[in-house]
Formats: sequence, C-alpha cells, structure tokens
Amino acid sequence: MSTPERHDPYAPSGASRALESAAAWLLAILWVLPLAYALWAAFHPAEFTTRFALFAPLTLENFERAWAAAPFARYFLNTFVLVTLTLGCQLVLCTLAAYAFARYDFAGSNVAFALVLAQLMIMPDVLIVENYRTMGRIGMIDTIPAIALPYVASAFGIFLLRQTFKTVPQELDDAARVEGASPLQVLLKVYVPLARPIYVAYGLVSVSYHWNNFLWPLIVTNSVEARPLTVGLQVFSSGDQGIDWAIICAATLMTTAPLLVGFLLFQRQFVQSFMRAGIR
Amino acid sequence: MHRLSAAIHGWLLLLPAMALLVLFTHWPAVATFIDSFYSTPRPRRPARFIGLDNYQTIMGDPVFWQSLWNNLLFALGTIPVSIALAILMALWVNDRIAGRTLVRMAYFTPTILPMIAVANIWLFFYTPQYGLLEQIAGALGLASHNWLGSPDTALLAVTIVAIWKEAGFFMIFYLAALQGISPSLAEAAALEGASRWTFFRRVQFPLLMPTTLFVLINAVINAFRTVDHIIVMTRGGPDNATMLLLYYIYQVGFQFWDTTYAASLTTVLLVLLALAAFAQYGFLERRIHYR
Repeated sequence: MSTPERHDPYAPSGASRALESAAAWLLAILWVLPLAYALWAAFHPAEFTTRFALFAPLTLENFERAWAAAPFARYFLNTFVLVTLTLGCQLVLCTLAAYAFARYDFAGSNVAFALVLAQLMIMPDVLIVENYRTMGRIGMIDTIPAIALPYVASAFGIFLLRQTFKTVPQELDDAARVEGASPLQVLLKVYVPLARPIYVAYGLVSVSYHWNNFLWPLIVTNSVEARPLTVGLQVFSSGDQGIDWAIICAATLMTTAPLLVGFLLFQRQFVQSFMRAGIR
Repeated sequence: MHRLSAAIHGWLLLLPAMALLVLFTHWPAVATFIDSFYSTPRPRRPARFIGLDNYQTIMGDPVFWQSLWNNLLFALGTIPVSIALAILMALWVNDRIAGRTLVRMAYFTPTILPMIAVANIWLFFYTPQYGLLEQIAGALGLASHNWLGSPDTALLAVTIVAIWKEAGFFMIFYLAALQGISPSLAEAAALEGASRWTFFRRVQFPLLMPTTLFVLINAVINAFRTVDHIIVMTRGGPDNATMLLLYYIYQVGFQFWDTTYAASLTTVLLVLLALAAFAQYGFLERRIHYR
C-alpha cells in the first residue's frame, strides 16, 4: 500500500486493452477528420481540393490569395484589441465584485449575488435586440467596445473568483490589515497572488470564448474597422468570389491558427483550465 | 460604525460590475418584456400599447412553432448523444490506453475552434457532388444526397456538427470527476466480484451525477443560444427545416426589423430557459448523490 500508484482492477489488459485503444483511436481519427480535410484543401492547389493523391504538390498560394482578398490584418488587430479589452476589464471588475462577495458582510449582498447569478441563465447572447437598441442610444454601434461591453461584467468570472477567494484563510487577511494595509492592498497583495491559477484558467476560457464569438459582433458591427475575425471570415466566405473551397479553407485555418497553435503548445494548461473553470 | 463602513466598502467594490450587469442584462430582460406589449414603431407611426397582440401573433405563427419544434429536436438530438460520447471518451482517456494525450487532444480540439470556422469546414464536408461525404458515399456505391439542401436531413446534419463540437468539451468535466473517484471503490467492487459494467452502472455513473447535472444545464443553454452554424450552413432553410428559435429572433429583429415581435419571441425564449433550469434542479437534485 506504500506505492502511490495503485493498481486499478478495472484497467483493461491484453486483448480488451487493444480493443479499447483501437476504438478510442478510431473515434479520435473521426474527430479530426474535418480538420484534416480542411488542411488538405488549404495546402494543395485547387485541382486537388477533392482529389486525393499521395504526391499532390504542396502550396501556400491559397493562403496568399485569401490574405489578399480581404483585410485580414485589420480583422486580426480588431480581434486582438477585442479580447484584450474584454479580458482586462473582466479581470478588474470581477476581482472587485468577487472580493466584496467573499469577504464583506453587508445588507443586500445575498440579493446582489442572486442578481449576478441570473446572468448565467439570461445571457447577453440572447438579449441581442435590446442590447442593440441600447448601443444605438449611446451611439456606440460599430465600435469594438460595443462588442465587449455586454460581456464585461461576467457572472461566471465573479462566481469563480468568489469561490476561490473564500478559500483564502481569514488569518492572512487579518494579518495584512494589522500591518496597516488598506482593503485594496490586501486584495492585491494577498488574494490576487493566491488565485493565480484561477486567473490563468479564466483568462484562457475568456479569450477563446471572445475570439470565437460571432452573433453579437455580427449584429453590432458593420465596417472593416470594427469587425472581428469571425465576422470578417463570414463576410469573406459568403461573399461573391464564388465557392472556392481551397481559399475558404485557407482563410478558415488562418483565422483560427493563433488559437489552434496556442492550444497545441499549451494543451495541458488549456485542458486543466477548462476543467478548473467548470468544476467550481 | 464598523458595519456601516463594511457596507459602504462592499457596495463600492460591487458598483462597477453591478452597473454593467443592470445595463446589459437586467434592464434588457425587463425592457424585452415591456416592449413585447407594444407595436413596432415605424416612420410616422409611433409605438403604441397593443396588449397581448404580439403573443397572439406568435400563437398563430407557423414559423415560430416550427422553430420551437426544431429547437426541441435539436436539443434532444444533441444532448443525450454528446453526453454519452463524452462519458465514453472520458472513460477511454482515463484508462491508460496507448497515446492517450493525443487522443484527448483530438477529442478536445473542436471545442476551442470558432463554431463559425468549423461550420465552414463542415459545409465543405457536406457539399453535394464533391464534398468528402459524397465521395465516401459514391465509393460505397450509395446514391448522391444533398445533406444540407434537403429538408429531411438538414436538421440532422447541423445536429451532428453540434455533437462533434460539444462532446470533447463535456469530456473534460467527466474526466475531472472520474479522477476524483477514490481508487479504493474500484478495489472494493473488484473484491465483491462486480463486472466492469456493473462497476460503471452502480458506482461510477451515480458518482458522476453532479457532473451530469452541470453538463446538462450547459448543454440545454447551448442548444438554445448557438446559431452560428445555422447562419453559416443553412440560414434556417431549406423551407425552415433548420430554423431555430434564436435564429428566428435574429431574422425578425435584424432582417425584418420588427423589434417588438422579436422582443416577444425573446420573452418566450427566456421563459423556456428559466423553465429548463428549474426543471433540471427540481428533478435531478433529488437523484444526485453528493460526495
């Protein structure tokens, strides 16, 4: 019993292990098939898009043509600004609110917390009609902050950080206050450093969510200057250059490349972050 | 005096987040409800109170009923299959199969890609005549079929995309839960002579119930709020066969510009989401074994 690695009596062995591995691999291959197909189409000349030949010549021409056909550089910049702005504001607002819920006992805090959690059910994704009217009233339609604003006060982020802050021992808080630290200093010097893994987890989830978000940005933007990548990609692929699948696949891969590469490099952190963010 | 300062500090910390929540979540939800009792303002004809007229229109709107029905079919098609697949994936990746890191990565990759991008790829996959699916069917000697173009299969085709996108995401939660189950339970069950299937059915599955509840709530919300693939692949067609509720709201609100009718449709959607949440908590809470 001294070895930490305990024997699992239900771990498959012999033939059943081989069978299970084969089934798992089959499903995995099936799962990456659409992506592999897109890779094939993007890196080969158009005449090989739907014809599979082992020695078909490789080319980057599809990427060049896609890049030239639409202002993807601008879209990349917009998406970068969007996810940075969103995450930055989310971190500040959610940290402050979570600290209030975790450590302050004040009248109405339970009601306020219930109001925050309501956003988990009533999400900005669904309230598109009214939020569009609000943006119209405050004159923000077709701007990047307008895409970010409805998502900045994230109930999910507040909840996640509140749970984490609650696990910080009260003694640490008290000790810092005895030394004369102000509430904000305590938050920054004690709570935030201890919650680092949660910040990383929340950051990865938030970045991939807002990089991928589509419906709201589609509605609230209508110019190249504000459009994020997802909307740009849709405008491009439903445009009038006919259906040239090689170019569309190249554009699709290009716009997702930073996320995909980031995921492949930091696979473990990504998986763990999604796990952490979901469990609490 | 101390309590008062705590209250002031607490509310000050809360203020920025609360203000934005009220502005972009609570107020819009209330405004949606109020607007649904008014007519849509047109040039030279301002909005006026029309009571339940919009809801009466909804009751007699065949596209609404079709979108509701499609949404239920879409949810019923997506949720059980993706949860079952997620459990299977988690069990496989949890066992020490060869190359499990790569397998796990393959399952999870669709999750981090934008729906709009993968929908483009799947559109290509389903393309009549020269899409991959057609080529496989052709090689097997099956008849050519326009998957997205025929009303019989279009909803199934978009359902498959949603399953493919979600299963790996849910797998993560099951994987975490499986790793949290004490190994001594497996040892005890093996001593009792329980089969692998019995162990799963009587021990692992019940212990996974909190995870299943969490995943279920997520899956239901997703089934009603994801329409990216509809916009890319079918635009609700052919013949409204893939019209989902949120896509219909988008169409009414931003293509027909009938904002108050869109508001009443949104109210219906919000009520459905709330009902789903209460039903799940009510039914499942009693059947879950918390550790």
